[in-house]
Formats: sequence, C-alpha cells, structure tokens
Amino acid sequence: MTTRHPPGSPGSAAVEFLRPRSLSQALAAKAELQDALPIAGGTDVMVEINFGKRRPAALLDLTGVRELRGWQRDGALLRVGSGVTYTRLEAELAGLLPGLAMAARTVGSPQIRNRGTIGGNLGAASPAGDCHPVLLAAGAAVEAGSVRGARLIPADAFFLGPKRSALADDELITAVLVPPAPGPQQFAKVGTRNAMVIAVCSFALELRPGAGVGTGIGSAGPTPLRARDAEDFLAAELAGSGLWESREPLPGAVARRFGELAAAAARPVDDVRGSAAYRRHALSVLARRALGWAWDSYRKEGHLCG
Amino acid sequence: MTAPEAGDQVHTATVTLTVNGESRALEVDTRTSLLDLLREHLGLTGSKKGCDHGQCGACTVLIGGRRANACLALAVAHDGAEVTTVEGLADGDALHPLQDAFIRYDAFQCGYCTPGQLCSAAGMLTEGGPSAVTADLTGDPALTPGEIRERMSGNLCRCGAYVNIVRAVTAVSTAGTEP
Repeated sequence: MTTRHPPGSPGSAAVEFLRPRSLSQALAAKAELQDALPIAGGTDVMVEINFGKRRPAALLDLTGVRELRGWQRDGALLRVGSGVTYTRLEAELAGLLPGLAMAARTVGSPQIRNRGTIGGNLGAASPAGDCHPVLLAAGAAVEAGSVRGARLIPADAFFLGPKRSALADDELITAVLVPPAPGPQQFAKVGTRNAMVIAVCSFALELRPGAGVGTGIGSAGPTPLRARDAEDFLAAELAGSGLWESREPLPGAVARRFGELAAAAARPVDDVRGSAAYRRHALSVLARRALGWAWDSYRKEGHLCG
Repeated sequence: MTAPEAGDQVHTATVTLTVNGESRALEVDTRTSLLDLLREHLGLTGSKKGCDHGQCGACTVLIGGRRANACLALAVAHDGAEVTTVEGLADGDALHPLQDAFIRYDAFQCGYCTPGQLCSAAGMLTEGGPSAVTADLTGDPALTPGEIRERMSGNLCRCGAYVNIVRAVTAVSTAGTEP
C-alpha cells in the first residue's frame, strides 16, 4: 500500500488510493475502510470517476493481488478468480465453460475485454452484466472473502436489486465457483450493434443431460433472473419423452413453450434501450433459439460418440 | 481530468511507468486517468480524448503489449507498466507498417480516431482465437474483413473511413509484416 493518508476532513472529496499486494492485505484494507471502492480493470469505475458521478473516499486497487488472477480446478468445480479478464475467459475457458466464453466475447470491445474482469462484472451487479445469466444458468456460486472468513453465495441469491448485491461492506469478491459445463451451453444477447452495447436483453442456457436445465435472463428485470418455470417445463419434457436418450429433434411446440415461459419470467421495464414489450418478445425468441442451438449440439455430440 | 473543487484535499501518489521505452516517474492526483497522464503530464497528445468513457477507442494504447482504453485506466494503478502510444509505434523516421498502410490505403479523413485505430490494429494483430463472429469456435480463424471489423469494433470513425481501414489492416496482416 503505497499511499496511506489520514482520512480526509469532513466534506473532502480526496480519493485515498490503496494498493494491497496480497489477498490478506486487501481484506484487511476492506475491513478497515469499508466504503473503499474496489477497482480492477477499471472499465466501470473509471467511467463514474471521469464524469464526477462518484467520488469514492478510497479506491482499493486489486490488480496487484496475485491470488485473484488465476483459475483452477477445485474438486468437481472450477474456481475462477475474480481478477480473471474477459479475454482470458474467452481464450482459456472456452472448452470448460463455453457459455461464459460466449458471453465474454460480447462484452464491450477488445480493449474493454483485455481489462475488465468477471469479479468487476459481479461487483457492479448491473442487471445487464453479461456474465450474470451464464452464471445463473450454470448454478455458480460467488465466493465472498473478508477478514471474518470466506462464504459462498449462490448466484441466484447474489443479486438483490439494480446494482445491489448480497456482498457485505467488508467483503470482496474473491472467486466464482462453477461446475464445468456438463453439456451444451448457449448465450444470446440483443443490442443495437454487436460491439460496445449494453444488452437490451440476454439469455443463457445450460443443458445437463439426463439431469435438467439451467437458465439465466439478463437486462429484463431489476436483477438478472432465472426462468424457473421454463427450466421445470423443459426438464420434464426432456425426461418424460425420453429425449435425453433418443436425441430426437425437439418438437417445435416444446421450444416455443420454453420461449414463452422464459419471457414470462422476465420483469422488464421501459427504458432508453428498449420497451418492456420488446424485451419480452425478444426474450421468447432468444430462449427458443438458444434451446435450438444447444439441442443441436447435444444431438451432434451423441452422433460423434456413436 | 475532473478539476478539484474548492476545499478539496487532493491526494497524490507517485507512479513510475515506461512510456514508449522511456522510464517516467510522476506525481499525480490519485483520480488521474492514464490518458490524462499521457496528455497533460507527458505532453503525448497523440492519444485522443473522444468520449472519456471507453466508447470511442480514440485513446487506445498498448499496456504490456495489449490494447486498452487509456481513459479507463487509473494512472496510479499502473506503477511499473509498459505503455506504448501512437508516438511510439514508428522506429525513428521509419513508419510502422500500419502507419504506412493507413497512408497508402487512405484509411482516414480527419485523422482524429487514427492514433487509436493504429494502436488497436497493432494490438489486434498479436491476438488470436475465435471472436463473436467466428462460426467455428475451435480454430484460429483467418483475418477476413468480417473478423477485422469485429476485432476493431472498439474504435469508432465518424468520418466513416472503415472500408479503407479494413483494407489497410488486411494489407499488413497478409504481408506478414506485423511487428
């Protein structure tokens, strides 16, 4: 930590800068200065600082914390450090977590993806964060660390409201724990162009052959959401009709109903990026298409396996 | 850079970076972006402040060889970093192949976005792997015009010189003269 200054006088807008060199230093700093704003890639935080929208009392720079920057297998799960960039998700995890790599490829621009991190995406807790639907669909958990110890927060309990998460004031996101994809994953997003857009809405899907289905909806509610009714419906259809074993084409009516149920789970609002009605319609299309693509991959895998 | 308000207590920190091969030590306000450090403190005004929030790409520089928006990089978080700006692309009087190709293919009109386009293209030519427009996600796709457009999508050109930017980048990538 290079620049410790005494806390500013009342009304001061000075920004204290903390640069921990280890996770224990980072957690100690966060415990001591609980309103310190963590910064890693800076691609979210710097926008607010440059435009004077936010004057954090302190910035906690996590780029020097080596423990946060790696990913590895952790038993049956993958442990992805919060400091892993979108570019690395694309390059290194496309095989194990294809849905997350797909989502990462659509974030911002290459410049943003070289810097922005999965932990920063979660920390901002925007309903439109591109990693969130995938993490919901994959049944991931967020690891929150503090000097009190580490705890796991299931992804579907992490998001509490727009830009609000279950993270306590003294906690830092240290990692995401997620099972390697047990089957096909998909991510689809609607925006006004391919690059540099905040999603109008997005949808993620995971097929768990013989076991069920996971979903995630982005940018169509106060938080990212799961489409639980759609999950239950599709899981019952796939199991009940023996489709996991037969790998027959999916009946069109099943895909359409899945789309309708996914759209029904959304709680969209009208805003500058799109109307609630458009978001619902687009979600039904995205969910149906994502299912079609995922089911096609599942059928091809079966063919390859003989 | 946001000007300090009256009564502000300004916190500063020392940061040492290598910019275009030269080591520079500066004391800056902790809120300073790398872009402001380059432009205001070092006088390197090649990198442009188009939007100041990562949308336009005019401030693109290479940090540790990888492209980044200098406006979104907190200067004091880059102690020890190696930064290359458009001023550092050429080798003395010998233009970087991309600079030469941008001239030959008329890849700009007003030139405002060009430093960012050049740095972005220089970074892009060292990056591989599939992109959001790649059909086969298992391979390392050829740099088709479609791939170049996707990979350069973080750089806007309001003159609309995209067609010739793609031609210039294609020329360099196929000539194998990339740095």
